[in-house]
Amino acid sequence: MFLLLPFDSLIVNLLGISLTVLFTLLLVFIIVPAIFGVSFGIRKLYMKTLLKIFAWATLRMERGAKEKNHQLYKPYTNGIIAKDPTSLEEEIKEIRRSGSSKALDNTPEFELSDIFYFCRKGMETIMDDEVTKRFSAEELESWNLLSRTNYNFQYISLRLTVLWGLGVLIRYCFLLPLRIALAFTGISLLVVGTTVVGYLPNGRFKEFLSKHVHLMCYRICVRALTAIITYHDRENRPRNGGICVANHTSPIDVIILASDGYYAMVGQVHGGLMGVIQRAMVKACPHVWFERSEVKDRHLVAKRLTEHVRDKSKLPILIFPEGTCINNTSVMMFKKGSFEIGATVYPVAIKYDPQFGDAFWNSSKYGMVTYLLRMMTSWAVVCSVWYLPPVTREADEDAVQFANRVKSAIARQGGLVDLLWDGGLKREKVKDTFKEEQQKLYSKMIVGNHEDRSRS
Amino acid sequence: MGSRSSRAAVIPDVDSIRRETGFSQACLLRLHHRFRALDRNKKGYLSRMDLQQIGALAVNPLGDRIIDSFFPDGSLQVDFSGFVRVLAHFRPIEEEDTGMRDPKQPEPLNSRMNKLRFAFQLYDLDRDGKISRQEMLQVLRLMVGVQVTEEQLESIADRTVQEADEDGDGAVSFLEFAKSLEKMNIEQKMSIRILK
Repeated sequence: MFLLLPFDSLIVNLLGISLTVLFTLLLVFIIVPAIFGVSFGIRKLYMKTLLKIFAWATLRMERGAKEKNHQLYKPYTNGIIAKDPTSLEEEIKEIRRSGSSKALDNTPEFELSDIFYFCRKGMETIMDDEVTKRFSAEELESWNLLSRTNYNFQYISLRLTVLWGLGVLIRYCFLLPLRIALAFTGISLLVVGTTVVGYLPNGRFKEFLSKHVHLMCYRICVRALTAIITYHDRENRPRNGGICVANHTSPIDVIILASDGYYAMVGQVHGGLMGVIQRAMVKACPHVWFERSEVKDRHLVAKRLTEHVRDKSKLPILIFPEGTCINNTSVMMFKKGSFEIGATVYPVAIKYDPQFGDAFWNSSKYGMVTYLLRMMTSWAVVCSVWYLPPVTREADEDAVQFANRVKSAIARQGGLVDLLWDGGLKREKVKDTFKEEQQKLYSKMIVGNHEDRSRS
Repeated sequence: MGSRSSRAAVIPDVDSIRRETGFSQACLLRLHHRFRALDRNKKGYLSRMDLQQIGALAVNPLGDRIIDSFFPDGSLQVDFSGFVRVLAHFRPIEEEDTGMRDPKQPEPLNSRMNKLRFAFQLYDLDRDGKISRQEMLQVLRLMVGVQVTEEQLESIADRTVQEADEDGDGAVSFLEFAKSLEKMNIEQKMSIRILK
């Protein structure tokens, strides 16, 4: 044992040195292009290779399942039941028609069979409703070698397990430390850079520097997550004096958008690391941070945003009107606050590809740190960003209609389902006023006819 | 290796549930997935509140009656087998159900009679086997909310009970209910098809 000692320390030293050199080379190789906004296309190549491997993995699992004569559990993203979209009136009329043999020139007021409509609709929502599934991660149709997304464990062959093990090794022992190092660099550069810029006198040079410091650090963070982003229609990018609205899936949305443009952030003041970052950022250029108590005061919020927007020298505001993270299969109700301000709205649609790593932040399940770790141990974050043409509120539209119009445009572009439900349903129950709509519709059917009858 | 997998082995008593409800293995997997999505606190059973959280159900005028049907006899929890047993009423009727059924076996849950029975108990609030005029009024009130006056509703309830009531006891029994709907295509109107 004593003879091995000198050898041991030599080997350990060599290993240590070579690892450090490798690491530093990698860091430099990644950070320098980030500073200049250049890309070597390595990430795209990585993405293509991964896709091929995933397709192979799913085929193996299907084969494994066939051998055992079972069916693979395939999740359906569009709902598990067959529905036909008919209105309340049409369906009840059809039910009545199928039940009675007499000619229906005079629609009867009420039939015992009317209950079938409500009963079936209710059961359909119990089996599958539009909202509940938006608050859990999207299910994949093919496996991406992450244990967190596998539904068919019993069909994994030995080869597949080995591949999975290799994947774990690569992700946790190589990619994760690299990414953490990059993230650390990025965040510290941001804090240091913006603080330094903050000492400069106000003027064009300061603005220029602050923009570029922000941009550089966001780019490093993008590489820290191995985010492969495709931007579309970049000519529509938000300009000063405007408001940029986007659908919200995770806190990473901010990094993705801010690495391709200059924005002023809006948000609540946090403590801890986030607070440090926020305080540093605001030294370099004006962001809008609210105290916790101010957030409740809608007028104050609107006033500060309006002031910011009116100053054409300030950067466009970035806002996520859904108010909460949705799982990127749908867009939920936009809160009307940002649409009342009267500035030009630049809608942006963000669609993640869940194959490489699910970016959705399920805040009821994971805290921020767990979420970031999960992100950094996924393969990559792949997404597409579409900049939609700017819109302004029309004269005859109110804020809610305007918000819905923007929401539909974003949903259409991103291929997401456009829902009228409030994202707040994640935590609260729906209001009773919506039930009245249904009741009104039904009452018109049975009482409207009653009045006709009594008249004739 | 991850706790989100949905395996057939995880469903307790999957074979007896399959026999009782007639759902295929694939359908049961989907429903089990759905059951666990609704069971937010991972209790292993559903309470009334879990079902009330479904937005689209809360706006259904008969939402509460439908939720009640999952909790017969005043129970406060429903486990997966109870959950699926109720949903089985809405399984579409297929050929193998009506063809060569063993008459000694109990009727399948999705038979025409059982579907009618399910609809009947939505009306029959006190589960006494009859829909009284008062119960009819209460259910009607649920469906129309505040939009209709008491007199109009009473006249509608009176007329409906009169038309269906054959033995003149002032209430609609299950057989009278079934008779008044004998021409209805129940199979289609009370069936929900689960995608394979």
